[in-house]
Amino acid sequence: MQGSEARSDTESTNPILQLHQFSLRFRGHPEPAVDGLNLSVSAGETLCIVGESGCGKSVSAMALMGLLPQDIIDIPNGQMDFEGHRYDLRSDGLDASTRGDRMAMIFQEPMTSLNPAFRIGDQIAEAVLHHRNCTRTEATESALQMLRRVGIPAPQQRLREYPHQLSGGMRQRVMIAMALINNPSFLIADEPTTALDVTIQAQILDLIRELQSETGMGTLFITHDLGVVAEIATNVAVMYGGQIVESGPVGAVFDDPQHPYTIGLMSSVPRMSGSRDRLITVPGTVPSLADMPQGCRFRTRCPFATDNCAARPALSDVGPDHAVACHYAPLEQQDEVRCAM
Amino acid sequence: MRDVILEARDLTRHFTLGGGLFEPKTKVRAVDGVSLTVNRGETFAIVGESGCGKSTLARLMMRLDRPTSGQVLFNGQEVQDLARRDMAPLRRDMQFVFQDPFSSLNPRMTVGKLVGEPLEVHAPELDADTRREKVAALLAQVGLLPDHANRYPHEFSGGQRQRIGIARALASGPRLLIGDEPVSALDVSVQAQVVNLLNDLKQDLDLTLVIIAHDLAVIRHMSDRIAVMYLGQVVESGPADQVFDAPRHPYTHALLSAIPEPEPGRVHNQLTLKGEMPSPSNPPAGCRFHTRCPFAQDNCRTHTPLLDAADTDHQVACHHWKTIPEAGKPAPPRRRSVGAEERFALYRAALQTTQASATHREETS
Repeated sequence: MQGSEARSDTESTNPILQLHQFSLRFRGHPEPAVDGLNLSVSAGETLCIVGESGCGKSVSAMALMGLLPQDIIDIPNGQMDFEGHRYDLRSDGLDASTRGDRMAMIFQEPMTSLNPAFRIGDQIAEAVLHHRNCTRTEATESALQMLRRVGIPAPQQRLREYPHQLSGGMRQRVMIAMALINNPSFLIADEPTTALDVTIQAQILDLIRELQSETGMGTLFITHDLGVVAEIATNVAVMYGGQIVESGPVGAVFDDPQHPYTIGLMSSVPRMSGSRDRLITVPGTVPSLADMPQGCRFRTRCPFATDNCAARPALSDVGPDHAVACHYAPLEQQDEVRCAM
Repeated sequence: MRDVILEARDLTRHFTLGGGLFEPKTKVRAVDGVSLTVNRGETFAIVGESGCGKSTLARLMMRLDRPTSGQVLFNGQEVQDLARRDMAPLRRDMQFVFQDPFSSLNPRMTVGKLVGEPLEVHAPELDADTRREKVAALLAQVGLLPDHANRYPHEFSGGQRQRIGIARALASGPRLLIGDEPVSALDVSVQAQVVNLLNDLKQDLDLTLVIIAHDLAVIRHMSDRIAVMYLGQVVESGPADQVFDAPRHPYTHALLSAIPEPEPGRVHNQLTLKGEMPSPSNPPAGCRFHTRCPFAQDNCRTHTPLLDAADTDHQVACHHWKTIPEAGKPAPPRRRSVGAEERFALYRAALQTTQASATHREETS
């Protein structure tokens, strides 16, 4: 088994979506913003991509959905296997008939993603009309059912309302209804709860989990919140500077984190119980794309970095399906690291 | 005797909306009868979800806005009666740190100018050279370099910009710093840096901090006392340890238990709330939380509960706090694998070594 894949599926389950060696550049920047990404998601699983702003998590998702115009990005490398079809991402992304039908996406800010000038019901029905051969009445009927499924009270009345009449949590439910109305086998959720209050976030996470167990869809969930990851993920991929630095089943990554960045990130998160001591941080900030170091991209902020880190570390297995890209993993067994203390 | 630096007495702030040709006027009760005291030298946190009135409360306490009724006292002096020309000392002693480091700094001013501006206002006697020195000292205090003074805000990352905002707030030598979501726009690793910085500054400069936030884990790390707001009112207040470990108001319990913890499989003592916060323009009668409260009874719908002392300095506004089940203390974080615990210790040690050598380099250069 290759160590370079973010996966934990047993041999029996077939991945719904696999991404091979996906790289992406912004035009005008020679350094890749996403560099050699491999992902694999099976039915009913949730793969969380976690990382800080600028790590390439959102832009990857947008590119997979074929939502980025060719004049701002360049994809030098990458293939995607989705539902038995291989897409060469260099030339053709997801086609318009698959997008929104078999693969759907929900976004962070439901207010800017919904059209303020159209009624909720019409916006949801549009997704059906676009992909199915049916009448407007049928489409509206399925929109109504979908609103009911995502737990919107008084759905009949809501159909005729505009986005501004709904609260943030309700808008996100509408977004989810719109994404799932065609029964996609794969859902991309880009920070769907970041703009919401915690009590509403808990409701939306429950809803996504529930719908996922009903439909068995695979989910790629993008977030920066390790708490949300722990709640919803089957597998995790930690990204830094456009590369996966650690990946594996959620239990393994949280219980046995190996990469210094993962360790730093986890130490930075204040907890609701236990010690209230000074937080241990990751020093410095993420370098801009132009200043990204060669080799291990984390080495400018890593307290363990040595000259060896100028060579890029490969993702290699440290446990079942648990892979890490660090020359010094596991840290506690490296004499060099111990002696430096 | 407690030394109170800031006090709010029965503050209300109502906004009037609408009143157009066909639209009836509606009154939004953003802050509705809030009383609280902030002691000198502590970190006081105001928490609540969006729309609970916490930012309006902060603006009232800063006198960036005037209350509909009630009083704000700073060092025992009423602030809303002050004439414009008498405000300078107040502005000097009380400063604000804003949420968004991208929109709160003038993009056309250099960092030196931004941080020096409050000095020009509050210490006009300083000559340009002394002011420059003072700016350099302020930048050093927040962890920036002296030559950053010549750069513009767009050249900095979010965390660095928030440091600039803090340096600017510190320039006048304030006694009290009010931060409205000072770290919520930042990435986790940078957020932790700024939380540490604020804690250090508080110690070093003997500051009092008032922090407005929705992130309860951050609040738990920073504050000595907290007040929880719901729909314009304080529902629970008290020492942070007590409120976090033994919340007595069902809303506080629900809020605390809704926070996802970075620990897969952690069992939550979760109290899930149905529905959403009602609009502050039409708050429910009686206890404002009764529409979402799983323990609501008849008298909650008709009678407004007053803040009741659950313990010394711990107050709760609920008719039934004595009889509803206690939330129970949250379990301590689970220990990670042996190897991982060793790695975290190594990481901590390595950071200290690198930081120590960095300071050493700075001192020798």
